[in-house]
Amino acid sequence: MSITIGAGIHPGPRKDLKVAAALGRRRRRMDAIVRILGLVAMLVGLAFLASILLTLAYRGSEAMGLSIFTRVTAPPGSEGGLLNPIVGSLIQAALGTAIGTPVGMLVGTYLAEYARGSKFGNLVRFVSDILLSAPSILIGLFVYTILVMPFGGFSGWAGVAALAIIVIPVVVRTTEDMLSLIPNTLREAVIGLGAPKWKMIVFVCWKSAMSGIITGILLAVARVAGETAPLLFTSLGNNAWSVDLTKPMASLPVTIYAYAGSPFEDWIGLAWAGALLITLGVLGLNILARSVLRGRK
Amino acid sequence: MSQAATADTPHPAATRRSRGNVGDIVFEGACRGAAVLVLILLGAIIVELFLAGLPAFRAFGLPFVWSTDWDPVQEVFGAGVSIYGTVVTAVLAIVLAVPLAFGIAFYLTELAPPWLRRPVGTAIELLAAVPSIIYGMWGFFVIAPAFAQYIQPTIIDTVGELPLVGFLFQGAPFGTGIFTAAFILAIMILPFIAATMRDVFEQVPPVYKESAYGLGATTWEVMRSVVLPYTRVSVVGGIMLGLGRALGETMAVTFVIGNANRISTSLFGPGNTIASLVALEFGESEAGSLKFASLLALGFILFVLSFLVLAASRYLLRSRLKA
Repeated sequence: MSITIGAGIHPGPRKDLKVAAALGRRRRRMDAIVRILGLVAMLVGLAFLASILLTLAYRGSEAMGLSIFTRVTAPPGSEGGLLNPIVGSLIQAALGTAIGTPVGMLVGTYLAEYARGSKFGNLVRFVSDILLSAPSILIGLFVYTILVMPFGGFSGWAGVAALAIIVIPVVVRTTEDMLSLIPNTLREAVIGLGAPKWKMIVFVCWKSAMSGIITGILLAVARVAGETAPLLFTSLGNNAWSVDLTKPMASLPVTIYAYAGSPFEDWIGLAWAGALLITLGVLGLNILARSVLRGRK
Repeated sequence: MSQAATADTPHPAATRRSRGNVGDIVFEGACRGAAVLVLILLGAIIVELFLAGLPAFRAFGLPFVWSTDWDPVQEVFGAGVSIYGTVVTAVLAIVLAVPLAFGIAFYLTELAPPWLRRPVGTAIELLAAVPSIIYGMWGFFVIAPAFAQYIQPTIIDTVGELPLVGFLFQGAPFGTGIFTAAFILAIMILPFIAATMRDVFEQVPPVYKESAYGLGATTWEVMRSVVLPYTRVSVVGGIMLGLGRALGETMAVTFVIGNANRISTSLFGPGNTIASLVALEFGESEAGSLKFASLLALGFILFVLSFLVLAASRYLLRSRLKA
């Protein structure tokens, strides 16, 4: 932690003012170079984001139109839309979040309120963090082996299950983080009034952490809305209109994947329109989540 | 804090309450049950992938891990090529992303004017929110053509001519391939690494930095000699987190890696990764076939790989998590 600039190499500033000046110049030059590199790195990062957004806006808006929302997918050449993938994605993301959120909230609550510092709590936290970053394609494979193979086919429910598994660790993380921010004096006050612990958690802790928990849920929705890999082997996709969860179900990311890799111009256009929709939705949710959190502070 | 003066003689109502409080028992049970469910989930994923992949491990034995065969006609499968592709793309992505992430974190914590920090930080974090499939399309339609036309020919003509390292950068400029996949991966993990670095840099006690400034150190010297040594372990943890993410990334890689089951000496050559191979071939494999088992065995290997890396990352970041 000590700063020994050029010790032993230079005779030292006190002995030679010229050397001192040169040394100072060199250090300042080095500092300026690194500052510029830092600025460049930031600009490069922003340039990537800008390039993605501009490409999406340009290619997506070309193909965007009302028919995207009114027509179902169709063979190349006949004018199709993205109605069934959009509806399928909404259904699966909504149900996946609805199933995964309560579980995630309970786990997060357990970690923050019951298992602080305990070995079992640390283990659960560790496992949840692994799930948070685990490759999502493996969750798709897992759900395939437990829900698709035994039940004889791809289904919307399998897709919902895969997305729910992805939602859980996201909600666990934010719930625990937000509950940990609540001062203990608040808990002591509630317990001091004679309330049972579960009332303290539900009516006081959850309530004061609500905006943070909502942020977590929004982020979880944003995360699963764009997931492709886990849906490839679970809900598979469906070119016809279907809201039956026991049958294969279309989803926007899987449709984009199929269309973008096709040789047909109109399909590729639809893929760009879908990509624009998803990205706007996901980034919008992220920004909304942030503003919910900030609004409280 | 505790002033439990009346603890020895509790009020009768209090005992009745705590003893008969069904709500507390139910609620704690539900929370604990959910926590156990998470453990079971991870255990089940590992066990299921292993069991489903077991026929492949039985048929090919340990050489499955390094065998480079992948021949659906002859029913001979090996994981060598895709493990190679997975590791090379992920490591190359780290090499590309870390300097950039460090620059961004350095800029955000030390250089940027305060009013700029939040919007720029948010913009970088939004890069992490963009879905994988969007990176795939962008990589395939924007980056790959640009690489094929401008960047790869230049590199092939310059670096490709060098002795020793030249062979890594030779071949035809397809645009897609290992290098492009690593490049896209680098952008995808950039926000994770940058955000971790920024967060740990901000945790350095100001008094350390101020003492260094007081001695006349420049911003860069403070970063190099105070901030980095103080946060070294967590920074490596953040890099491991990025590595873990890069290993399992599927859709973006599938679009741009070229999907060829061979190991090419050139980084510009096509290849595949475990995730991209599974994504592409799983739909064509019959349940119960040897190919199916091999793909699930690959999934198991990928899980073990990312588990190890993510566990290491968690371990290194533990001090940050406690704070």
